[in-house]
Amino acid sequence: MGEQDKMTPQTASSAPDAQKPQTLPGAEVLMRALDEQGVEVIFGYPGGAVLPIYDALFKQNRIRHVLVRHEQAAVHAAEAYARSTGKVGVVLVTSGPGATNAVTGLLDALMDSIPLICLSGQVPSSLIGNDAFQEADTTGITRPVTKYNYLVRRPEDLAPAVHEAFTIARSGRPGPVLIDLPKNITVGDAPYVAASQTPMRVAKGTAEPDREAVKRAVAAMKKARRPLFYTGGGVINAGPKACENLRKLVKLTGFPITSTLMGFGAYPGNDKQYLGMLGMHGMYEANLATHGCDVLIALGSRFDDRVTGRVDAFSPDSFKIHADIDASQINKIIPVDQPIVGDAGRIIEMMIEEWEKEPAYAHQADLAAWWEQIEAWRALDCLRFSQDQAPDAVIKPQKAIQRIYELARETGRDTYVSTEVGQHQMWAAQFFRFDDPNRWLTSGGLGTMGYGLPAAVGAQIAHPDALVLDIAGEASTLMNIQELGTIAQYRLPVKLFIINNHYMGMVRQWQELLHGSRYSESYSDALPDFVKLAESFHAKGLRATRMEELDDTIRAALEHDGPVVVDLCVTEGENCFPMIPSGAAHNEMILGPDQEERGAKVTREGMMLV
Amino acid sequence: MQQEAPGSAVISLLVDNESGALARIVGLFSGRGYNIRSLTVAPVDEHGMQSRVNIVTTGTPADIRQIKAQVERLVPVSRVADLTADGPHVAREMAMIKVVSSGEPRTEALRIAQAFRARAVDTTASSFVFELTGSTDKLDSFIELMRPLGLVEVSRTGVAAICRGPQTIQSL
Repeated sequence: MGEQDKMTPQTASSAPDAQKPQTLPGAEVLMRALDEQGVEVIFGYPGGAVLPIYDALFKQNRIRHVLVRHEQAAVHAAEAYARSTGKVGVVLVTSGPGATNAVTGLLDALMDSIPLICLSGQVPSSLIGNDAFQEADTTGITRPVTKYNYLVRRPEDLAPAVHEAFTIARSGRPGPVLIDLPKNITVGDAPYVAASQTPMRVAKGTAEPDREAVKRAVAAMKKARRPLFYTGGGVINAGPKACENLRKLVKLTGFPITSTLMGFGAYPGNDKQYLGMLGMHGMYEANLATHGCDVLIALGSRFDDRVTGRVDAFSPDSFKIHADIDASQINKIIPVDQPIVGDAGRIIEMMIEEWEKEPAYAHQADLAAWWEQIEAWRALDCLRFSQDQAPDAVIKPQKAIQRIYELARETGRDTYVSTEVGQHQMWAAQFFRFDDPNRWLTSGGLGTMGYGLPAAVGAQIAHPDALVLDIAGEASTLMNIQELGTIAQYRLPVKLFIINNHYMGMVRQWQELLHGSRYSESYSDALPDFVKLAESFHAKGLRATRMEELDDTIRAALEHDGPVVVDLCVTEGENCFPMIPSGAAHNEMILGPDQEERGAKVTREGMMLV
Repeated sequence: MQQEAPGSAVISLLVDNESGALARIVGLFSGRGYNIRSLTVAPVDEHGMQSRVNIVTTGTPADIRQIKAQVERLVPVSRVADLTADGPHVAREMAMIKVVSSGEPRTEALRIAQAFRARAVDTTASSFVFELTGSTDKLDSFIELMRPLGLVEVSRTGVAAICRGPQTIQSL
């Protein structure tokens, strides 16, 4: 308890050196700064260079530590924690391999704009540059994968670095910040400086959006005959109020809305005005609406290549409004007509204000024609697939994912869904619809296989009473399967659904479509028995191979009060449609076998109309 | 949208003088495939807290705008100006040029140096080191003229630039 007392500021006031900042061992200064920043959980893995920090963690009880089984998983868990709570995720890794293992996760967070702090141990300052044991040039290695990073060289820089790091991570376009901590800094004494006493470099992108730009955007929206909102992760990052206002704006205008993979839940997924995801595996109606719209309102989205398809054919006839907090995203890929730099939430608010100033909308009739067109596209039912209903029929992956969604929804529980990367991710993106933001946890920009299981850990730690699902592929999930150990240790009731088609499905699909069905190294050979694997990690293992087992198995998994691994054995050769082949335009989608004939016809008709 | 012609641009930055700041800027250029033709960096304020970085780069106007926006995102960068786009500016560099020759070429080299107002900062019986300040073009022509006259080594600083008139990088 003596250590605890030292950490309270009151005890210092009676001391003779009350005017000077309080001095504590560096590791305790770190704990105190984290505490002041509101940190509740750290995901980490110990090692030599961070032993002083782990000692300080041991001596306090305000911050909880979750021991993962691999540093990459620590970062993904912290990402999901951040994504699902809106707080900053915190990671603690040791020097050398600890830090290099974290690199993939840091880049994942950078690409998807997730606020993170990664604390990495470093060899003592005197040894830096000597090729010491477990030494790595961590700031050098992580410079391109972080928003910013620090190497703390002087004790007096420690607390200010932590405070500024949190400000940088969460402000503007959020991202990961790494703080490299040489062991002499965490062992030696350092002064504690409160956040309020720390000079911060102003974070970029927090300025008030230009009102005139918003006015011009709204003026274009009012003249639109075929408008479309295209929203992304920026709206989620702007917070729940931004999502609430987005709903208001969409209702107010009556415009259709499509979302990127990162933006799910900002707008209710089952609402009539919502067209679903756009892009490579996006909805037919969303992509054709993007292609045919006359005013495109991009909010917190960045015209990623998986969204745009062929750039010179992207939404060719539209007046483009692009609202983004990161000025470097504007005109980066697609030249836009009306940029607005600023927080998506604030811009949405201002759009509502401007819209309401003169609510009369001159083209309601034209909007009706646009909706009629969209409904025609929607009628194609682009996700429809045929499933043999015989009891002993093999399950299709789409069916499995669709039933997981429907049965999870039936439970009425607050549900968080993580995914790995590949076909199952795209099917999950197509079939899962979210009422609320922060519920969908997926690796969008980087496409990191092995993201889902550690992400489920982070989400379940943040939301102990929620239902947390990982929709996985058998190949992806093996990349971080060791996290079943973390799940067991903390008794996290995560449900891991493995859509097992014995292939790296998306690789197999591209090989079929683009490489003459030469399935080079994409077969998942020598797979483990996932049921036994689950049992060896103290989890429940379930398997379904036939249609008659599907619902009962999913239900059993959802009802089980503990971790479950479900091996859902599905057909091997299924492809994920619709699909815009790379290098193609939105109106050149490949449809599934069920829609192909009608699709081609509707496409041509659609093209004539728009 | 019509493709605009690529050109050269001088981008000036004010940067916190911290370790890794230059690596951050240079890494951004290499990582995103931008070209650095020349680079100069030195502390410029009285306490040595900030450095000025001048980068000569090439690209279409859209490329240059994107470079500027990307550099602006860097935390230690407090100011970015595209001096080529933001009005008239002065851009100069300095070079030291070593010429080893004798007889007529040696006399000719000295004559040309005088015409260019280059200073001989080191002279031996067989060599000169000329110091020359001016625009990149001027330095290029001088070096070309020295080539047949015994040019053996060149050391150039890269471009330092500043905007003309009372404006500063802070007021741009």
